Amino acid sequence: MEDFSQNPVLIQAKGLSKRYGEFVAVAGIDFEVKKGESFGFLGPNGAGKSTTMRIIAATLNRSSGEITILGKDPEKYGPEIKAHLGVVPQTDNLDNNLTVEENLFVYGRYFGLSKKFINGKIEELLDFAQLVEKRSVKVETLSGGMKRRLTIARALVSEPEILMLDEPTTGLDPQARHILWDRLFRLKEQGVTLLITTHYMDEAEQLCDRLMVMDKGLIMAEDSPAGLIKKYSTREVLEVRFGSDRNATIAPELQKLVERIEVLPDRILMYADDGEAILHLLKEKGMHPITSLVRRSSLEDVFLRLTGRTLID
Amino acid sequence: MSNNLRQGSLHIVNVSRIRKRGALSISEGRIRVMIKWFWSNLASAALSPTLYLLSIGIGVGKLINTHSGGVDGVKYLTFLAPALLATAAIQNAMDEAVFPTLDGFKWSKSFFAMNATPISSSQIADGILIAALVRTFFSVTIYGCAIYFFGGFSSLRGWLAIPTALFAAAAFGAFILGIAAATKNDDSFFMILGRFVMMPLFLFSGTFYQLATMPIYLRWIGWISPLWHATELSRYFTYGHRLSGVMVLVHAGFLIAMFIFGLHNARKQFTKRLSK
Repeated sequence: MEDFSQNPVLIQAKGLSKRYGEFVAVAGIDFEVKKGESFGFLGPNGAGKSTTMRIIAATLNRSSGEITILGKDPEKYGPEIKAHLGVVPQTDNLDNNLTVEENLFVYGRYFGLSKKFINGKIEELLDFAQLVEKRSVKVETLSGGMKRRLTIARALVSEPEILMLDEPTTGLDPQARHILWDRLFRLKEQGVTLLITTHYMDEAEQLCDRLMVMDKGLIMAEDSPAGLIKKYSTREVLEVRFGSDRNATIAPELQKLVERIEVLPDRILMYADDGEAILHLLKEKGMHPITSLVRRSSLEDVFLRLTGRTLID
Repeated sequence: MSNNLRQGSLHIVNVSRIRKRGALSISEGRIRVMIKWFWSNLASAALSPTLYLLSIGIGVGKLINTHSGGVDGVKYLTFLAPALLATAAIQNAMDEAVFPTLDGFKWSKSFFAMNATPISSSQIADGILIAALVRTFFSVTIYGCAIYFFGGFSSLRGWLAIPTALFAAAAFGAFILGIAAATKNDDSFFMILGRFVMMPLFLFSGTFYQLATMPIYLRWIGWISPLWHATELSRYFTYGHRLSGVMVLVHAGFLIAMFIFGLHNARKQFTKRLSK
């Protein structure tokens, strides 16, 4: 894995918080993002990810704490910071009255770019977003995946230092998600700093060098995806089902065999470095699950361990 | 670290230029959308004056001219034209302030995309208003030509009705822009605006007859109407309608105050809604 520790710090937050009256959306968090890094905020809906993103994007003022983006305070230098960010919001906000190409053009003009520059850039971006054939089509006729790719292309028109993506693949079908991940991976390879929020663990594992697991406005843990799994979970997980009635009654027995179990409504997760061996042991002891599955630990397990809840309720 | 993608925003984005010209970039985007509707905009800009001028200006005008020798010492069409022009101007400015604002905040949420760029919320408001005035200028110029064609301008001075109408459009457009930006529930907004604001203004602002002929308890509608102030000024410029110097100042002052308050409020509402 690439080492970013020597790279310059682009974003730095200390005790960052945001309150809406009594409600605490972000509860005093610290983090740092380095140049070229792909940094993810992982957490369920309402964890404070989007709020943190909006503070970074200089569109929402913090309640307290410190934050600098490219060395500047967003409350004092909003336009200067926004000049170097590409923002992909959770819901596409393209101009439906305009064509694909015109959306890119008009957005480039908002950054004060020359017509000549934007026209050259449009070719590059249409190619990147695989929308060359759709260039003259009105945006409202595009599929969800295409709109998303166009929104990302639009965010790249000003060649930003940092690309921010809020839930980039929520609402897309599996194929569209994979196309999008491929595009984002290319950007990452080219050294663009990516900031991603997601509640999908597969997305976080695919795209992020480093992850901050958030829940209720707090940071629960922070590391690389592999590092988090290593720290908070075992190598493998054995998933067993004994039927919804028996799961709870058999749980104490299972607990004796491994260091940790999680009882979910429909199944029990048994954490062990060698799942097959545990399954074997179960059968030896005369416990025969209706179904069983051995898999590698994922970020979902990390989240479960840290919060006692699953990511998608 | 690989660095083959051009990460050039540090070099290509000039923030101080955006501070000066950002509103114009917003207008440019809006005007692009308007151009798509060029023919229908042109048709509506030309059709309604033709209908009004033919039916009321000429039809009703003939009746009035025959029976009482015109109004305010001039032919009815000359009397009516400045008012119709100002009405068209504020109607246009209203449409172009309300529709993109509801769209930008609610339907397509495109204002939030603009807000992610170095352009400020106030500049977004300014840009929408400027674009609205460009469209208004286009429409009133066509209207002006129609009036000229039907003989509604008695002299070259008649053309001064166009800048006066545009001035009213700026004032009313800015005022409406702030209201539209604060509107969360858009379901009945257009209907309320059309029936309870535009219609009374049109009928009770001394458009078809002098405001002084109305009973006193209805005159107040004219007093608070930008349309009446604009029409009075316009008649003063176009055919020498009698106005004291003080009243010229009152009419102009009303429109200037409405513009300043309107724009200030619009900027405030845009900033508030985009930073929530």
